[in-house]
Amino acid sequence: MTAMTRNPNQASPTESANAESRIYSRPRTAIVTIVLGLIALAFGLALSVTFGAKDIKLFTVWEAILNYQPDLTEHRIIHELRLPRVLGCMLVGSSFAVAGAIMQGMTRNPLADSGLIGLNSGAGFALALCLAFMPGLPYMYLILFSFVGAALSAVFVFALASGVKGGLTPTRLVLAGVTLSALLTALSEGVALYFRIGQDLAFWYAGGVAGTRWMHLQIMTPWVGAALLGALILSRSITLLSLGEDVARGLGLRPGAVKLAGTVIVIVLAGSAVSTVGAVSFVGLLVPHFARKLVGVDYRWIIPTSAVLGALLVVAADLAARTVRPPYETPIGALIAIIGVPFFLYLANKEQREL
Amino acid sequence: MSAYPMSPEALRKRKRTVFVLTALAVAIVLTFIVSMNTGLIRLSPADLLRTLSGGGTERQNLILFDFRLSRIVISVLIGMGLAISGAVLQALSRNALADSGIIGINSGAGLVILLFVAFYPTATAAPAYLLPLLAWIGGGFAALLVFTMSYRRHKGLSPNRLLLNGVAVNAGISAVTIVLSLRINPEQYQFVLTWMAGSIWGSNWSLVAALLPFILVLIPFVFYKARTINVLGLGIELATGLGARVSREQIVLLAAAVGLASSCVAVSGNIGFVGLIAPHLARRLVGQRYQALLPAAALAGALLVLAADTFARWLLQPTEIPTGIVVAVIGAPYFLYLLFRTKK
Repeated sequence: MTAMTRNPNQASPTESANAESRIYSRPRTAIVTIVLGLIALAFGLALSVTFGAKDIKLFTVWEAILNYQPDLTEHRIIHELRLPRVLGCMLVGSSFAVAGAIMQGMTRNPLADSGLIGLNSGAGFALALCLAFMPGLPYMYLILFSFVGAALSAVFVFALASGVKGGLTPTRLVLAGVTLSALLTALSEGVALYFRIGQDLAFWYAGGVAGTRWMHLQIMTPWVGAALLGALILSRSITLLSLGEDVARGLGLRPGAVKLAGTVIVIVLAGSAVSTVGAVSFVGLLVPHFARKLVGVDYRWIIPTSAVLGALLVVAADLAARTVRPPYETPIGALIAIIGVPFFLYLANKEQREL
Repeated sequence: MSAYPMSPEALRKRKRTVFVLTALAVAIVLTFIVSMNTGLIRLSPADLLRTLSGGGTERQNLILFDFRLSRIVISVLIGMGLAISGAVLQALSRNALADSGIIGINSGAGLVILLFVAFYPTATAAPAYLLPLLAWIGGGFAALLVFTMSYRRHKGLSPNRLLLNGVAVNAGISAVTIVLSLRINPEQYQFVLTWMAGSIWGSNWSLVAALLPFILVLIPFVFYKARTINVLGLGIELATGLGARVSREQIVLLAAAVGLASSCVAVSGNIGFVGLIAPHLARRLVGQRYQALLPAAALAGALLVLAADTFARWLLQPTEIPTGIVVAVIGAPYFLYLLFRTKK
C-alpha cells in the first residue's frame, strides 16, 4: 500500500495514458462487495438449484443437502445434477475472472482475457485431439491435456509478445490471440470433421456446464483452489507489477519470477475452467474491470472481489441460459459474449489515445 | 492512361507487372487442370480431354461439368472477389491488416444467411440469387457498425480501432449466430455449421450464376477506381488536396468492397484471410500502384482459393475438409507474421 501511494504519478493499468489519474484503493468497499457478493451467490445457488426442468421447493433442497435420501428422485436430481452444476459454475466463474485479473495486472493490458488471448482455443484444440485419438479418456487426463493446450498457446503468445521491443500493445495482443484462436479453431474443426466428433466439440465450444458431475469437481477443485490461493499470495506483487516493470524492480521485486508464477496460475485456472465449461470468453475481461471500478487498483482486493463476482456472473448466466427458452439451454458462452462485446467495444473506444 | 511520360523506371515496372500477371495466370491454369483431376473419382488426363471436348461418358460428364467445374469456377471467382475486397479495405482503412473476415463483414453476412435459412424452410430449394443480395445487407450492416465506431471527427478512421472493433463485432455476431442456430432444426444447423467452416458447398451452376453478376460489375468498377484508391491511400488531407471527393469515394468503395466480400461469402461459406494474403502478395510482387496491384491481387486470390480447395479435396479423401479451414491454416500464421513484422 505504502509503496503505491508513494507513486502518485504512476497510472493504473486501465488508465496508464493519463498519468495524473489517482491511485486509490477502497478496502472497505471491497469487503462490503465480497460479503454482499457471497450473499447474492448463496441466493443464486438456491435459485439455481430449485429452478430447472423440474421445479423443486427450496425446503426440499435444504433437506436434500442436510438429510440426503438416495431413493427420493428429487433428492437425487439435486444431488447429482443441480448441485455439481451450480458449484461448477462458481468455480469456473472465479477461475476465469481471476485469470483475467492476473493477466490484466501483469501485462498492464486492459483487454487481456484468457479467451481473447487464445488460451481457450488452445485447450479446445488439445481436447479435440484427445476426443479424436483417445476416445473415452478419463476426465482427469482430459483436464491435464487441456492444461497443456492452454499452456502451449500461452507460451506461444507470450513468446511472440516478448519478441517485440517494448512489449505488445493491447491491440496487437488481441489480434494475435484472435488469429491464434482462428488457427486452432480451424484445426479443431478439421479434426472434428474428419473424426466425426463435431457435435461433442460444438457443444463444448459453445460452453456448457450441464454435464458437470461431482467427479469433475473432485478433480478440478484442488487445482483451482491451489491456484486461487496462489493468486492471493501473489496479489501484492501483481499490484506492484501493474505499476510498471521499472517501478516494480525499483521496489525490490523480481518481475520475471512474478510473471512466471502468474502465468502458471493463469494457465491452471483457465485450463481447468475451459476443460469444464468450454470456450467462454469475456468473463475474464468484464469482471476484473468491474472489480477495479469498485475497489480500486490494489490487486489484493481486486483478486478476491473478482473471484466472487466472476462466480456470481457465471451462475447468473447459467440461470439465464436455462430461462431463455426452457427446456432448451442456450450456451452460456454465447450469452456472456452478448454482454461482453458491448463492454469490450466501450473499453476499446473509450480511451482517446491509440491502443 | 499516360498521364505521365514513361520513364525507363516505369517501363521496367510495367514489364515486371506483365510478367507477374502472366506467371500467376499460368499457375492458375495449371492448378485448374490438377483440380479437375482431383477428387474421389479420378479422371485421367486423356479422359479429361475427351470429356471436355464432348466425348465423355454420362458419368464423366456429371462429375466434371456438374460437380467439379462449377466448384472450380466458384473458387476462382471468390478468390478474386475476396482479394479485391481486401485490397480496397486495406486502402480505405490505411491498415495493412484489414480483411473482410477480421472487420466482421463475413460474419455479418453469415448471420443474415442463417436467418434466411431459418425462415426459409427449404433452404436447398431457396432461390440462390437471393443469397448474395441478403449477404450484402448483413455484411453492410456489420461494416457500417465497425467503421462508424472507428471514426473520429477531425481524425478520420483510426486503423487500430477498426481492427479492435472488428474483432469485437465479430465475436458478438458469432455469439448471436450460436444462440440463433440452436433454435433451428438439426438439418439446417448442419448447413450453418458447414457454412461457418467455409466449405464451398456450391456444386451447382445456379450459385455461379448468382455470384457472377456481382463479380462482373464490382471488380471492373474497382479497377476503374484504381487511381482514386491510390489517392485515398495517401490519407484524407492529401486526397482532399488532390481534389478527390473523399467521403463520397470512400463510401462508394466501401460499399463495393462489402458487396464483393459478402456475395462471395454467401456462396462459399466463411473463408477468411484471402483478402489479407492476396493483396500483400500482390504488393510485394508489383508494388503499391493499385492499377497493377488490383489485377495481381485478384489473380493471387484466385490461385490461393483454388489451390486450397484442391488441397482440401485431396488431403483426407474421401472426407472433404472445408476450404476455409485450409485457408485459415495458411492465413493465420501469415497474419501473425505480418502482425509482428510491421512496426507501429
